[in-house]
Amino acid sequence: MLTEVTQTVAVNYWPLCGVALVILGFVLRFNPVLVVLVAGIGTGLAALMPLSQILSELGEGFLKTRTLPLILLLPLAIIGLAERHGLKQQAQAFIARRQTSSVAKFLTLYLAVREGTAALGLTSLGGHPQMVRPLVAPMSEAIAEQRWQNIPDLMRQKVRAMAAATDNIGLFFGEDIFVAFGAIVLMHTFLRGSGIETDPLHIALWGIPTALCAFAIHALRLHQFDRQLKKLQADAAGNTAKDDAVINTNSSTGVN
Amino acid sequence: MISLSFLYLLLGLLLLWIALLSAFDRTLPNRFAAAAFWGCYALVFLIGDYLPHMLVGIMVVLMALLAGSGALKASAHNALSPKRLEQSVQRLGNRVFLPPLLIPLLTVFGVLVLGEIKGADWALLDPKNLTLVSLGLACLVSLPVVCVLTREKPQQAGIEAKRLMEAMGWAVLLPQLLATLGLLFNEAGVGTAVAALSETYLAVNERWVAVAAYCLGMALFTVIMGNAFAAFPVITAGIGIPLLVMQQGANPAVMAAIGMFSGYCGTLMTPMAANFNIVPAALLELKDPHLVIKMQLPTALLLLAANIVLLYLLAF
Repeated sequence: MLTEVTQTVAVNYWPLCGVALVILGFVLRFNPVLVVLVAGIGTGLAALMPLSQILSELGEGFLKTRTLPLILLLPLAIIGLAERHGLKQQAQAFIARRQTSSVAKFLTLYLAVREGTAALGLTSLGGHPQMVRPLVAPMSEAIAEQRWQNIPDLMRQKVRAMAAATDNIGLFFGEDIFVAFGAIVLMHTFLRGSGIETDPLHIALWGIPTALCAFAIHALRLHQFDRQLKKLQADAAGNTAKDDAVINTNSSTGVN
Repeated sequence: MISLSFLYLLLGLLLLWIALLSAFDRTLPNRFAAAAFWGCYALVFLIGDYLPHMLVGIMVVLMALLAGSGALKASAHNALSPKRLEQSVQRLGNRVFLPPLLIPLLTVFGVLVLGEIKGADWALLDPKNLTLVSLGLACLVSLPVVCVLTREKPQQAGIEAKRLMEAMGWAVLLPQLLATLGLLFNEAGVGTAVAALSETYLAVNERWVAVAAYCLGMALFTVIMGNAFAAFPVITAGIGIPLLVMQQGANPAVMAAIGMFSGYCGTLMTPMAANFNIVPAALLELKDPHLVIKMQLPTALLLLAANIVLLYLLAF
């Protein structure tokens, strides 16, 4: 029935240029801040707003969305000072102390820690340069090496890539259930601007089912990944050392 | 009543201080551009409500140009010497986690306990922005805790905040600018146009179709743009609000939460999100630059399907 209403009212499709500008800008890899600025001004012009009105709308919108930097920037002083005194070193020690027997178990533990701390707002505890490259990837590789000799190169690469993937998944689906994360306030502010009142706490809570699903799905995949590694290793061992029965039995049974 | 304006004042002062530090920091490349950026940002918080909107708009354009052209560079930072860092690590142990963990704990305390301190016509904390005000107060309380634990002066906390903000560079401004763009989209009628298109070309009477269109739209737009934040205003104004909230009566909080997560599924699948997907491949010296995406792909697709089911079950 809404369809009929919109068909009778003339809709101005020109403001969609703004969307096109955003897509184009991001795809062409211009600086995102500049892309958004140009898209905003372009959208206003396409909607036949005078420049003064566009600037006023920009200013008003910016004032209305001040909650975003607020929650982003206020905790930085505390987190920064804790980092100065070894927050990251302690987190690395915590991960390094864990003794696990398989890549899947280790990465599942890391997934739990990463998702859990992100949910508490500690998103800076992980990350690719800080945590994955120096720690998570080499530890995963070391665990695989302990289990099987002569790991094929493809397997090493896959183990490292899986470590990076696990960091991403833990971060993405943990941070959104923390009220103070930017995405929550972005949603809250945008909905408020559209005349819909929501409670940021509710948005955060309704993220929990997906967060749990993300953990379950990725943990299951890590489990499968272990079996895939076992098979890869068995194939490689079969190809390179058919006569070496010891390696063959080692790799096909594994030590769990 | 403690309201957001109190926290705006607090952050405004912090930003003003960072602007001054930048202006007098001779080691900082183009320090005056940086100082202008932080100074404008400080003014928006300190006196933004009293300025004409157009003037604020001009400041926003200026800040975006400064941030977008690389004016925010990291200054020289004097970290603790390895020896002193080691001493701190030994002395503090796991207690170093305490101050950052206090922030979420105190925020929940503020919402559940302090939020209840109110009468008929007054409240201790602004009830309209309860969570945000609680978070601000939680940070305020955690600051002396972290200073005492680490035996540092509060000024050092400010310097560390400056270090982290500079490390973010232009990304400091992006979330707020995207949210502003979303509001401008509303004002210019972008949502109306997308809604008209989706209502014309989608069989929207089916609840399943509307739910799937929203989740898939978020994922697809994120794949194209590499950023779920940018996709959210467009898809929510175009599909989420008109079809799910207005027509089907979906709970907007559920829709937003699961919609954004659907966008994140898109982030896992796209080389456009280079920081997450391409940079680590280089850092880990992988031969195939897309191997991280390939490892993420099954999880992302399964989770996207799970999101569609969850949104269908939970939002109505």
